[in-house]
Amino acid sequence: MSFQLLVFYVLAALMLFAAIRVITARNPVHSALFLVLAFVSCAGLWLLLEAEFLAITLVLVYVGAVMVLFLFVVMMLDINLQRLREGLFTYLPLGLTVALLMVLEMGLVLWARNSQLRDMPAPPPMGADYSNTKELGRLLYTDYVYPFEIAAVILLVAIVAAIALTLRRRKTTKYQDPAQQVAVRRQDRVRLVSMAPVRRAEPPPAPPADAQAAGQSPGDAR
Amino acid sequence: MDLTYFEQLFGPTWPAVWTLAKIVAIVVPLLGCVAYLTLLERKIIGWMQVRKGPNRVTFFGLAWLGGLAQPIADAFKLLLKEIIIPSGANRFLFVLAPVLAIAPALAAWAVIPFAPETVLADIDAGLLYVLAITSMGVYGVIIAGWASNSKYAFLGSLRSAAQIVSYEIAMGFALVGVLMAAQSLNLGQIVVRQVGPLGFLNWFFVPLFPLFLVYLIAGVAETNRSPFDVAEGESEIVAGFHVEYSGMTFAIFFLAEYANMILVSALCSVMFLGGWLSPFAFAALNDVAFAQWLVAPGFHWLAAKVFLVLFVFLWLRATFPRYRYDQIMRLGWKVFIPVTLVWIFVLAVWMMTPWWQW
Repeated sequence: MSFQLLVFYVLAALMLFAAIRVITARNPVHSALFLVLAFVSCAGLWLLLEAEFLAITLVLVYVGAVMVLFLFVVMMLDINLQRLREGLFTYLPLGLTVALLMVLEMGLVLWARNSQLRDMPAPPPMGADYSNTKELGRLLYTDYVYPFEIAAVILLVAIVAAIALTLRRRKTTKYQDPAQQVAVRRQDRVRLVSMAPVRRAEPPPAPPADAQAAGQSPGDAR
Repeated sequence: MDLTYFEQLFGPTWPAVWTLAKIVAIVVPLLGCVAYLTLLERKIIGWMQVRKGPNRVTFFGLAWLGGLAQPIADAFKLLLKEIIIPSGANRFLFVLAPVLAIAPALAAWAVIPFAPETVLADIDAGLLYVLAITSMGVYGVIIAGWASNSKYAFLGSLRSAAQIVSYEIAMGFALVGVLMAAQSLNLGQIVVRQVGPLGFLNWFFVPLFPLFLVYLIAGVAETNRSPFDVAEGESEIVAGFHVEYSGMTFAIFFLAEYANMILVSALCSVMFLGGWLSPFAFAALNDVAFAQWLVAPGFHWLAAKVFLVLFVFLWLRATFPRYRYDQIMRLGWKVFIPVTLVWIFVLAVWMMTPWWQW
C-alpha cells in the first residue's frame, strides 16, 4: 500500500467517524466540533486530489469563519438535551430513506454502464510547479468572467437583503457619533468663570448675585 | 554539509526524518524567542513606566545578569504547579483547548521564508495557507471559554470570537492588496518582488501604506493584545477565557499568545517590510566595496524587522488604554474594511498606469 493510499484511508475513516458523530453526539457543541473535524479531514482529502486551493479555502471559510459563528450561537443557546433526543427515532426511517436514495444515485453515476463517466480519463498528475490557484484564477477571470461576476452580484444582493431584513431601528435608541465626539471643542463643554472668592458668613446674608447665577447656569463646569 | 551518512542510516524514512529535523530547528529557537519576549515585554514596559522590570533572578548569582533568568524561573514555576480542572468542566475539551491555541501559531511558520531559498515548505498558495491556519487559532480560545464552565471565561471567549472574525476580514483584504502588488501568493516570491534600486523605498509598505497600517492594527487585534485585549480584560472579567487555567495549561496559552505575536510580526516584515532584504540596498551602493555587508540580504535583516514590529506591539501596550467593545467593532467594520476596499481599487487603477514602480 502506497503512502498516499494510507493517508487517504486514514483521512476518509476520520471523516466518516466525525460525520457520524455530528448526528449522534449528545451535546450540540460537540456536534459542531465534530463537524469542524469532518471539514478538516475533507480538506486533507482534497489536498490528495491536488485541489489545494479548494482545500485551503474550505478551511479558511468554513472552519475559520462559518463554524466559529455556529459555535458562537450554539454555545449561547440553552438547549434541553433530553428533548433534542426524542425526535431521533421518529425521523430515522425518513432519514435512512433519503440517505439510501443518495447512495443509490451516486452508485448509479459512478458504476452504471451508460453513465459516460468512463469517457472522461483521469487527469494526469501535475508537476510540483503547477499552480492550481493560478489556473483557477485565470479561468474565473477570463473564460468565466460573466458567470463569476453575476454570482458575485447575487451574493451581494443576498447580503444586503439579509442585513435589511434583520436591521431594526428603534426610535428610542441613542447613538454616539464619534465624529462629533472628536470634533468637540473645550468651549462646548467647559466654561471657566472668573469670580471673586466668596466667604461664607455665619448666617449667610444674601449671597452675591453673580456667583449664584454662575453656579446654577446649566452646562458649565461638569 | 554532507548528509549521505544519515541518508543511508535512515533509508526510506530519511525525507520524513529530515523534515522533522527542520521543524525542530524552527520550533526550538522560536520557543526560546517566545520565552525571552516575555522578559523583553516586562523590561520595556518597565522602562517606559520608569520602573526597572524584573531584575532579581540571575544565572550563577552574577548580579549584572539581573533578570535574565526570569523566563526560565517562570517556566519552572508553571511546570511545577498543579493543573486544576474545575468541577463541571468538560475534561477533554478543557485540556484540548491550549493545544488548539498553540498548534496554529506554530504550524504557520512552515511557509515563512527566513532567507533566500530558506523555507520549510515552499508552496505557491502560501499566503492563503497563512490566512487559513491563523483563522483556526480562535478555536482554542472559544473551546477554553466554553469547557471551563465559568461565566467569565465564557464572556471572554464570546468577545474573542466576534472580534477575531471581524478583524479577519480587514486582514484578508490587506493581504489581497499584497498579492496584487506581488502578483504571487508565494511568500518567497513576495519578498523577491520587493527588490529594487531604491532600497527600502521599494518595499510594499510604501505603495500599500494604508493596508500596512490596517494589517498591523488588525494583527494586534487578532492576537488579542492590548489595546484590543477585551478577551482577557483583567479589570472586567478577571482573565477572560483562561481564568480557570493553571500551571502548564495556562503556560501554553501564554506561549500561544507570544508565538502569535512573533508570527504576525514576521508576516508583516515579509509582506510589507521586505523580509530578508537589506534596507540600504540602493543601486548606488552596489559597486562600493566597503558597503557590501550593508547591502547584502540575510536573515539578520528579517530578525531586525521582526524585533522592530514586536517593539511596536509592546509600545502600544504600554501606551494605550483598552478599547471599549463597541468601538472595537466600529473600527473593524466601519473604518478598516472601507479603507482596505478603497485602497484595493486605487491600487488596481495605479498598477495600470506608468507611475507604478514596484
